[in-house]
Amino acid sequence: MKVLTADTAVIGGGPAGLAAALTAKKQGADKVLIIERNNELGGILQQCIHHGFGLHRFKQELSGPEYAQRFIDMVKKTDIEVLLETMVSELTPERKIYAVNSRNGMMEISAKAVVLAMGCRERTRGALRIPGTRPAGVFSAGTAQRFMNIDGYIPGKKAVILGSGDIGLIMARRFTLEGARVEAVVEVLPYAAGLTRNVVQCLEDFHIPLYLRSTVIEVHGEDRVEGVTIAEVDEAWNPIAGTERYIECDTLLLSVGLIPENELSTQAGVAVDPVTNGPIVNESLMTNIPGVFACGNVLHVHDLVDNVSKEAERAGRFAGRYALEQGEDWKKRVKVIAGENIRYVVPHEIGLDEPVEFFMRVQRPDENVVIDVGGLRSVRQRSIRPSEMLNITVTPEMLKNVTGDSITVQVVTLKEAEVRA
Amino acid sequence: MIDKTRCSVQIAIVGGGIVGTSVARELSKYNLDVLLIEKEAEVGWGTTKANSGIVHGGFHEVPGTLKAKYCFPGNQMFPQLCEELDVSFKQNGILMVARNEEEMKTVEQYLERGLERGVNVRLLSREEVLKLEPHLEPSILGALYAPEGGSVMPFELAAALMENSIQNGVQLLTENPVTNAWVEGDQKVLETPAYIIKAQVVINAAGLFADDLARMFGDDYFTIRPRKGEEYLFDMTTKDLVKSTIFPVPSTKSKGILVIPTSEGNLMIGPTGDDVLEKEDLTTTTDGFSRILEGARSLVPSIDPRKIIAQFAGVRAASSRHDFIVEFSPNIPGLLHLAGIESPGLTAAPAIAADVVQMMKDAGIKMEPKIDFEPRRRKVIRFHRLSRKEQDQVIKENPAYGRVICRCETITEGEIIDAVRRGARTLDGVKFRVRAGAGRCQGGFCQPLVMEIISRELGIPFEQVTKRGTGSEQIRYAAKELLTREVEQ
Repeated sequence: MKVLTADTAVIGGGPAGLAAALTAKKQGADKVLIIERNNELGGILQQCIHHGFGLHRFKQELSGPEYAQRFIDMVKKTDIEVLLETMVSELTPERKIYAVNSRNGMMEISAKAVVLAMGCRERTRGALRIPGTRPAGVFSAGTAQRFMNIDGYIPGKKAVILGSGDIGLIMARRFTLEGARVEAVVEVLPYAAGLTRNVVQCLEDFHIPLYLRSTVIEVHGEDRVEGVTIAEVDEAWNPIAGTERYIECDTLLLSVGLIPENELSTQAGVAVDPVTNGPIVNESLMTNIPGVFACGNVLHVHDLVDNVSKEAERAGRFAGRYALEQGEDWKKRVKVIAGENIRYVVPHEIGLDEPVEFFMRVQRPDENVVIDVGGLRSVRQRSIRPSEMLNITVTPEMLKNVTGDSITVQVVTLKEAEVRA
Repeated sequence: MIDKTRCSVQIAIVGGGIVGTSVARELSKYNLDVLLIEKEAEVGWGTTKANSGIVHGGFHEVPGTLKAKYCFPGNQMFPQLCEELDVSFKQNGILMVARNEEEMKTVEQYLERGLERGVNVRLLSREEVLKLEPHLEPSILGALYAPEGGSVMPFELAAALMENSIQNGVQLLTENPVTNAWVEGDQKVLETPAYIIKAQVVINAAGLFADDLARMFGDDYFTIRPRKGEEYLFDMTTKDLVKSTIFPVPSTKSKGILVIPTSEGNLMIGPTGDDVLEKEDLTTTTDGFSRILEGARSLVPSIDPRKIIAQFAGVRAASSRHDFIVEFSPNIPGLLHLAGIESPGLTAAPAIAADVVQMMKDAGIKMEPKIDFEPRRRKVIRFHRLSRKEQDQVIKENPAYGRVICRCETITEGEIIDAVRRGARTLDGVKFRVRAGAGRCQGGFCQPLVMEIISRELGIPFEQVTKRGTGSEQIRYAAKELLTREVEQ
């Protein structure tokens, strides 16, 4: 077995891993290593050939591969080591990584700091338990995207898309541009799950119908999908009798949610937040295991890659620092609580001597509200939606006002905010 | 019309389920000319693939039935069979749990039934049961324990039986449903879309379609009554919830809803037992799921439906006789029916196959043992089960084992190539053999990669790789194909 060492080992070479590795290197970590299971860096961005990436980061509309390439080029200019087609099979709490590839066989890598950047996977038909037959032609949207954009094939010519997540919306447009028909996008919620800009640019511009408060209740077809039955649902998401409708199609795409891939993390003993399905972290994005950091979609599912890069840079910076200083002692810790209409906030716990950028999602849409971060900072929002992640930074100056051992992040009305002020 | 290929064999087995493949392997021990005819692209795809995989203890069956005759002997044959064929098999034990006094009485009756047959069974007190299985419903009163009950991957076993049969000279014809059959002198003739096959003996192992095949010969004395069972499979993270297979006290109709650790360790719950009209009604239903969840939770309350990763259904080939039919047809000489093999058919199959040999001998067929019969198939490398040192060694010998294709189950390219070389032709064939795509992402990541390997190994275009045979192609068009067509029109 080959034995290696690293100051900072980054697991995953997608946008999070790339940005984390770069900042770890900048911190002065001598040996930074990226371990990537695919045969190239860039992660899922490589199959996202649509534009819209980098608006915040580069003030430019880039395609996924273009955005990834900027980071890959930067990595290539450094001496960051990259192991491609390499699968990590185990991470220990002592930060030993066991990985495997064809060239080196089994490898044992001892790292001073580890950054988890494994990304996420798509929720499946099995997880939703959609009744009916199990023919060919049922794909998660991302798998169909890979078939089309990497392999160069079109799954079918008449599709129904269940779920209005961003990948599903993007794929609705992609199918249409390829000459296939998208018969319907079906969403169980009363609003679209993806970004508003994607609803407009991918559905409305192409006259693709979006059925809200509806779901697929049966898949038909023996060898290949022949159609689906959709129905409206009640408040408890149960199908309403009499609203069933059969739609003929040869393809069913699922865009029903993403799940951070934390099997490796939990095996190592990393504590996971049941709401985000990602690790519980502090303001340096360190998990409960000293020296193990997390960022990107393995921490919580993002909607903009720009935010992933930003978050990963933070993780990389602290991981690099941890590798150099080994076991930094953190000062006072304050718990961060998700209050009224907040589904979650990352990080879960903060110290008070560093600026903190909070990433959060709301539970339900609302308008003209104020996000109150523990009374330290209030940010007015014209519109809030669960699909659109919010980020608010608080400075050490503001953190001086923390008195208790927790702060609550909540959505309040304008009036309430005025009263408090 | 193209002329059909004509051929003649001594013995034709119709149906490559667990019964047909078990018989094929048993007959391959003799100098016989045997052909197995299967309608699907691979063997084991009918009732077998959706089987719960339980190797039953042998204490359930009503005395005097053929089920009772074959179940326990079959159970006793499994350890050696699976060892020879290198098939995953675990004697994880069976618990039949009593939830009230009345059920306790029934459990005691099954204990007696088991003991009479020589089955290794004993009663466990509440404390003993909960010590063995701490996640069981705490209010149970006790249970019957059969430590020799086990768990196997039914498809893997059927595929291994077929592979070993082929090694020993049996021929396999796939994607050829028998469409017509008749008698010509002392020969029986089977017609498929591509072949006309004459055989001295026809073994009817056609499962759900056994009555249809019999009727093609004009032999109409039993009916197959399809009975559907739905199953729900959980993620590997459920691995430690229970070790034994948990049974309730059975009803008159079925063994009830069970909690089953598969031979890989993850849980499965089910099956339902619903009479259906269609022999291939493989739909799963909301109603079926709620009954299964309720049943399973009455045994193991902490079962979490959010950890379900897959669902499927299979149809049992129950017979109008409510028992197995293992006999030469009284009407058509040389037509051997192995029909109505419902539960515990998987467990009974090796014993039925052994009995078929005896029946053939009794029928005067010359059964000359093959001196060079090879009982073992080539060992399967299961990468994820090896130690790190072994993994390192395996990769040195063949670097394809260093490329992990299915990340959820840690299945390597080497294993997938091996599966194709052993007979897998489709995505499902690969999945059922080596579990690539059977994990929590259900092939979301690895499907394109597995298709690439199948395409390369079989020398067929990527878009011709199917999920489970002709008509189930995953990919329909090349990029821009629909647009160029539009322009042409």
